[in-house]
Amino acid sequence: MATAARTDTAATGAPGKTGGRSLGALIRRPEAGSVLGLVAVFAFFTLVSGQIFVSPAGFASWLNVAAEIGIVALPIGLLMIAGELDLSIGAVIPAASLSFAIVSGHYDMPEVIGVAVALGVGLLVGAVNGFLVLRTGVPSLIVTIGTMFAVMGLTLGLSVLLTGSTSTNVVPAPVWKAIFGTFIGGMFQVTIFWWIAFAAVIAYVLHVTPFGNWIFAMGGDKTSARNAGIPTERLTITLFMVSGFAAAFVGVSQAMVYQSAQVAGGQAFIFNSIMCVVIGGVLLTGGFGSVVGIVLGTITFSMVNQGIYFTGFDPNLGSVIIGALLLLAVLMNDTFRQMALSYSTKKKS
Amino acid sequence: MTEPVLELRNVNKSFGPIDVLHDINLTINAGEVLCLLGDNGAGKSTLIRTLAGVHKPTTGQMFMDGEAVSFDKPKDAADRGIATVHQFGGTFPLMTIGRSFFVGCEPTRKIGPFKVFDRKTANETAVKAVQEFGITRIDDGDRLIGGLSGGERQSLAIARAVHFGARVLILDEPTAALGVKQASHVLRIVLEARKRGIAVIFITHQVTHAMAVGDHFAVLIRGAVAANFMRGEKSREEITDLMAGGEALADLDTAMEDYKDSHDGHPPQPASRATVA
Repeated sequence: MATAARTDTAATGAPGKTGGRSLGALIRRPEAGSVLGLVAVFAFFTLVSGQIFVSPAGFASWLNVAAEIGIVALPIGLLMIAGELDLSIGAVIPAASLSFAIVSGHYDMPEVIGVAVALGVGLLVGAVNGFLVLRTGVPSLIVTIGTMFAVMGLTLGLSVLLTGSTSTNVVPAPVWKAIFGTFIGGMFQVTIFWWIAFAAVIAYVLHVTPFGNWIFAMGGDKTSARNAGIPTERLTITLFMVSGFAAAFVGVSQAMVYQSAQVAGGQAFIFNSIMCVVIGGVLLTGGFGSVVGIVLGTITFSMVNQGIYFTGFDPNLGSVIIGALLLLAVLMNDTFRQMALSYSTKKKS
Repeated sequence: MTEPVLELRNVNKSFGPIDVLHDINLTINAGEVLCLLGDNGAGKSTLIRTLAGVHKPTTGQMFMDGEAVSFDKPKDAADRGIATVHQFGGTFPLMTIGRSFFVGCEPTRKIGPFKVFDRKTANETAVKAVQEFGITRIDDGDRLIGGLSGGERQSLAIARAVHFGARVLILDEPTAALGVKQASHVLRIVLEARKRGIAVIFITHQVTHAMAVGDHFAVLIRGAVAANFMRGEKSREEITDLMAGGEALADLDTAMEDYKDSHDGHPPQPASRATVA
């Protein structure tokens, strides 16, 4: 929606040269680099692996992966735009998964309580993160590594204490299974639609509401933002809580899909989600980025991650490609950002 | 005579055992530019932070329009119309002009039940505000702040403060990082703000810039007002001497002359050379 509005005025701003101006406006968008990356990756895998990659099954394979990472990557992206990081999601996902499984599986309570407890765990960890970052002034990278280990330890300890095991089975009622963990058409996880919903809400918040403006301002210059009257403390805690919530949501939907929850798992999400966000054109130091970019970055990442299995290559090569892609994406995003900065209005004659 | 917009009476500020400001007495009237001069470490920053509500005076009082005021946080000062513009404009390089102009008080419009950032109004208002200050090169609110020159950024920040009803405008070394031409743009904007009846506090250590726009000058030395005079009462050399610590520069000149007189007109040699020779 933001893209449409923007291109629209760029075009009306200079009646004579609509084509050139809107193309220029598109290149200056934060996601310009990730569009190119996505097209290149898609073309590469279509050429190398052929028909199977563009079949519904091929799409499902990377969409399912993208949806889970994507739900986590969106709030991580918001945090990064605001100048913070959250690594604790790697521990919140299994913690929420197990919370749900223990409450609804081991103790056989209604699913609604299990889901509420699990999401509550996510919100709580987020609130603690935000509070610690504000109170200690320690960089959020360090704070959230700390909370990640704390949550991991608590998850393991409490799980063994309560159930005597590090994994718990849970059989959710059909209606819950349908909402969180069903496969549509036998292959598309329902999480994909949740991801779309998350993306729509977060895009609305970031690009259309004043709240989004605050996030950009905070990432650009925190002191100026505070002096301008933005409640930076409330905003920081809120963003961390959203991130914890999203991670917990993924944890719950994983438990619903696999009908069991383990203490381990979730670690991969930490770096994967950050990579998706960076490939999507978000500036690591904050103040720049877009939801469209994050979504495209997530898709690109998942295509490489899954596409490699459709080719004849050694799957381990996928990691090499992702590494190269990340570096390339950052370089490309820097270039596009420079272009955005040096852009000035041409004199209208 | 009308009440001064802002008045400081015997303001002291100490941080623990360290006294930074001593008995500051200053008044500033609407439509007047007060140049606050002083060397590094003279207490200029502490003084403006006190004015802007970042610090509270240890003792002494501040008055606005003759009424005693006390600021607990920067927001309180801002609500009374005291706006501070910092050296680099205090702006966000990767935000558009329209968005950064309205940070913290975004205009919104309603689409159905949703409150939406009104980008068009924001851009138009921002561009209009800065163009009224004579910066006609800014004509597109979608440009990023980082793409503007230093002078344009300063001008935008000043225009923003004035747009949001600043009555006292504190400019913290606005010309320090700028070239000659850029600085003259900013000085012109300072004069424009004065014309609109805003009280401007202009902090600088460039005497030329101060003399170009100032009505009233105050020189800070080691946290005290060493001199307080009106336009035309002192020459540039006198002001420079004052800033460098009273008579210090003049003393240095005399010392040099004395040395030359006693050494056949040679200036002192650098120490290393002297030992080799």
